Amino acid sequence: MLGLDLSFFDLEMLRKFVWSGLIFSVQLTVVATLGGVVLGTVLALMRLSGQRWLTLPATVYVNGMRSIPLVMVILWFYLLIPFLIGKPIGAEMSAVITFIAFEAAYFSEIMRAGIQSIPRGQVFAGQALGMTYAQNMRLIILPQAFRNMLPVLLTQTIILFQDTSLVYAIGAYDLLKGFSNAGKIYGRPEEAYLLAAAVYFVICFALSWGVKRLQARIAIVR
Amino acid sequence: MTWDWQVFLTDDGSGRTYLEWMLEAWRWTLAVAGSSWVVAMVVGAVVGTARTLTDRPWLVRLANAWVELFRNIPLLVQIFLWYFVLPKMFPAFQQVPGFALVVLALGFFTSARIAEQFRAGIQALPRGQRYAAMAMGFTTYQSYRYVLLPMAFRIILPPLTSESMNLLKNSSVAFAVSIAELTMFAMQAQEETSRGMEIYLAVTALYAVSAFAVNRVFAYIERRLRVPGFIAAGAGGGH
Repeated sequence: MLGLDLSFFDLEMLRKFVWSGLIFSVQLTVVATLGGVVLGTVLALMRLSGQRWLTLPATVYVNGMRSIPLVMVILWFYLLIPFLIGKPIGAEMSAVITFIAFEAAYFSEIMRAGIQSIPRGQVFAGQALGMTYAQNMRLIILPQAFRNMLPVLLTQTIILFQDTSLVYAIGAYDLLKGFSNAGKIYGRPEEAYLLAAAVYFVICFALSWGVKRLQARIAIVR
Repeated sequence: MTWDWQVFLTDDGSGRTYLEWMLEAWRWTLAVAGSSWVVAMVVGAVVGTARTLTDRPWLVRLANAWVELFRNIPLLVQIFLWYFVLPKMFPAFQQVPGFALVVLALGFFTSARIAEQFRAGIQALPRGQRYAAMAMGFTTYQSYRYVLLPMAFRIILPPLTSESMNLLKNSSVAFAVSIAELTMFAMQAQEETSRGMEIYLAVTALYAVSAFAVNRVFAYIERRLRVPGFIAAGAGGGH
């Protein structure tokens, strides 16, 4: 078909080349999402604290990260981490740290919008009950902010999953690398890229369909 | 460590300095991003508009499929598809220069996002706008051309700004097919000179300056195109 030969595509090939790459891409996505949300929430709280010494560094960090291409951030961390800790670090480990640090900036903007979407009455209600700032955040504001922003957070996670393919720049073994290696071994690089595209599409399409469903459900409950 | 900014004045082995190479790479980045931007805006506006033409269900489906297709495949993979797979499947593509293929890849990828903005912008307009156009006896084309699109475009200028800045940043992915743009320069010059910090800092600064310039240009357009009072009234749901 159109000069393509997909006959090399079988379970054996998937098991040998693609599976471990897929596992890494998924792990990277999950770890970066969890780490990014935690770090992002801290950054969002810093920006909303009203204390200049907290607001300023958080703002500089978030805006700085968001104005640099992800590929450059990946290259930066791959260069800087070994320099700072004094010994070489694997491409995979470097990718994990990079994605947590990078995504934190994006998640922090989402969490900030989420926190600001909570009516001020909720804050006052917590204060009226005698809650400390930490209690108020942990028990009243953040759970609601998180819930309101869940669809946006998940959409960002899908984008994050797609972005993991950029670890290509430092040669980490992810889903795309699995396919491109298989393509090289079997002498069918073009077909391998086509299959990679199909796999990414199926995963991302299914996930975004799921997010849409979730969004509809949350909207009804509220 | 010590800084060595002299590295930019050394010869890269082909008779030009690293500084000259970097500035040329910057031009490539701007060329890729600028050309892709034109593709993305035109295609995005057409597809986004098509998604709101509810009396033509097949057109809506086609446009929706377009957006889903280009949104759910990573940009890097899409660039590989354009650069390696299409020329293999359709030999006619072998005549197309790599630069054009990357521009199409980046342009179509971004068009899906811009289409989404246009659809949202058109649907955000008060229904009365569409009715007013109909009452004036406008055809569908005329009501989009003279009433809906000019207003929708103004509404979506802020998200278009950030999409355009994203496009500029995403042009860095072109390094993967050896387009001689900034990221490609950063990787190669880092390898050749081992002065990664200086090279990366300069490249990062150029990206930041470019993104900021895009931001300012859009802020200017937004100011110039503002219809006094209208957007504010629209946003408040006054109609």
